[in-house]
Amino acid sequence: MKEKKLMKGNEAFAEAAIRGGCSLYFGYPITPQNEIPEYMSRELHKVGGTFAQAESELAAINMAYGGALTGKHVFISSSSPGIALMQEGMSFLASAEVPLVIMNVSRGGPGVGGIQPGQGDYRQVTKGGGNGDYHVPVFAPASIQESVDIIYEAVPIADEYRNPVMVLVDGMLGQMMEPVVLPPIRRQITSEEIAQKKPWALTGHKGERTHNVVKSLRLKPDELEKHNIHLEDKYKKMKRELIRYQTDRLQGATVVFVAFGTMSRIINEAVDHLEKAGIKAGIIRPISLWPFPDQAFDEIDPCTKVIISAELSLGQMMEDIKSAVAGRFPVELIYRVGGMVPTPMEVADKTKKILEVIA
Amino acid sequence: MAKGILKFNKDRCKGCELCVVVCPKMILKIHDYEVNAMGYRPISVTDMDQCIGCGSCALMCPDGVISIYTEEVPAK
Amino acid sequence: MKKIFEYTKGMLPVSTHYCPGCTHGIAHRLVMEVLEERGLLGESIGVAPIGCSILSHNYMNVDMCESAHGRAPAVASGIRRAMPDKIVFTYQGDGDLASIGAGEIVHAAHRGEKFTTIFVNNAIYGMTGGQMAPTTLIGQKSTTGIEGRKKEISGMPLRVAEMLATIDGAVFVERVALNTPANIRKAKKAIDKAFAVQEKRLGFSFVEVLSTCPTNWGLNPVESLKWLGKNMIPYYPLGNLRSPEEVE
Repeated sequence: MKEKKLMKGNEAFAEAAIRGGCSLYFGYPITPQNEIPEYMSRELHKVGGTFAQAESELAAINMAYGGALTGKHVFISSSSPGIALMQEGMSFLASAEVPLVIMNVSRGGPGVGGIQPGQGDYRQVTKGGGNGDYHVPVFAPASIQESVDIIYEAVPIADEYRNPVMVLVDGMLGQMMEPVVLPPIRRQITSEEIAQKKPWALTGHKGERTHNVVKSLRLKPDELEKHNIHLEDKYKKMKRELIRYQTDRLQGATVVFVAFGTMSRIINEAVDHLEKAGIKAGIIRPISLWPFPDQAFDEIDPCTKVIISAELSLGQMMEDIKSAVAGRFPVELIYRVGGMVPTPMEVADKTKKILEVIA
Repeated sequence: MAKGILKFNKDRCKGCELCVVVCPKMILKIHDYEVNAMGYRPISVTDMDQCIGCGSCALMCPDGVISIYTEEVPAK
Repeated sequence: MKKIFEYTKGMLPVSTHYCPGCTHGIAHRLVMEVLEERGLLGESIGVAPIGCSILSHNYMNVDMCESAHGRAPAVASGIRRAMPDKIVFTYQGDGDLASIGAGEIVHAAHRGEKFTTIFVNNAIYGMTGGQMAPTTLIGQKSTTGIEGRKKEISGMPLRVAEMLATIDGAVFVERVALNTPANIRKAKKAIDKAFAVQEKRLGFSFVEVLSTCPTNWGLNPVESLKWLGKNMIPYYPLGNLRSPEEVE
């Protein structure tokens, strides 16, 4: 029987990770994600798991690396500046091919910024932050239910690709309450399953096999190049298999919005407003930000006059949209930043002005 | 007193001489002309009969070159 | 024929990349001897640092990982939480542990993490080519202090063992040196006790191992041993700073 509960976003995210089979959590306090470590500290031990509060985000991701290289499932969370600190570790984990699920309840920046919703970390999370040729798949759900489902799914995805996976929301989703159907409890991985499915894991060789080494140092250029190409092959596979997006009302649309997360909820309302004003508008909602859903843009009706990137950032996603659109349509930007969130009416008004200029 | 017998894994020796300076009998020396696979002149023993099997050379060796065995001399 | 000394099975049968006379080889061997004698080689997980000993996983016959610079104690904490029944250790140099990783080591000790850290202090950055470390002695020359370390500019060298011994969670803290056979015997005893502390899950155990870096000190290996005895031991006194009754 499916349980339906009214839950606060952050607590639902933590519960989804536990139900997904994660038995280890490491974190450091940062707003607006504090309910996640708090929930984990209360709940994780009840399923035989372990919570540890790290001395910093740097330590947290390295603890997570240590936990995950034993083959167990690890979940960590942080917010924008904390994610910046963790990116050293993400590059390391990607190179060492260690799976991990990372929850990013982002806030406004740059610097310490503010704690209200923002999407100014788009570039940070989709384009790296850590050093070297690596990628971390990033999923950006728009509701608590979708977040829960994606976190649950991210656990096997991280394992399959032996790579960190990030789930990105903002403080709005973290702090709000919504009804949510929780997924069934997935059994935690056993040591037998680790031995079978993760032969690379560090479990002690017991004198029965050669010693395992998890590493990222490759001093010989030919070896490092080979490793980089091996990783790139995985990233290409991710681009084929991990793209997620939704489209709505693209047929006959004069304007197509592209928006994710919190902003996509506002755009849904704005589209209704525009329709009442006689303007047909459609939506592309990227769910995977990396890999970016380029193919969604092939579905746009040729009659469309303009594509609008609606962001809580200053045109960061617009770069990827322009690349995907490849000059087929003009691309404009509607934004609010700094924790300011536009109303649907505001978006509709700005859209009308953009259309006036184009027409 | 027990008499020591030294065995050298010469291909691992880097000729650092740490064993030479700790030998109480001063019977270890870098070989005069031999060169090992790594290009170092390895350790050698000048008079095995004097070795007392104290183990200092092996303790001091950073490269696991030296093994020591003993033939116990029967008590009189 | 009876065995007096044979190279431990804990060390893989390969040559190391360490410079001639570098005492890393001795420290590696002592750790592996202790684990072999305790029957723990198959039960251990080691964490290598950034520094010359990042490649220790090529030599130590236990499951091992590399870690980012200074983060080995955090990685070991994660392994320890995931694998409560295993033996976990970090092997770190002084640049890694005393400088960039000072936060991680302090908090691993502070949480009383039940793993062992072997801290190889040779008073200089080895792998990067002889830069000043927090542990570099006053007057000691380095590539970032060519006239020798000056107190007014760089402060006094950091005594890590003494610092950690003030932390309740660090239940075993000892400083040893690898400059003479007698000191090497003592070093092995200290490392053995540190792992005994871990086997009994009493808390965090730590052994600081005064070591040489002939290449970056600009001395030959034999002179380096003498320099260690003459200069390092007076500033970094040897001996036990904390030890629980259970291992005495």
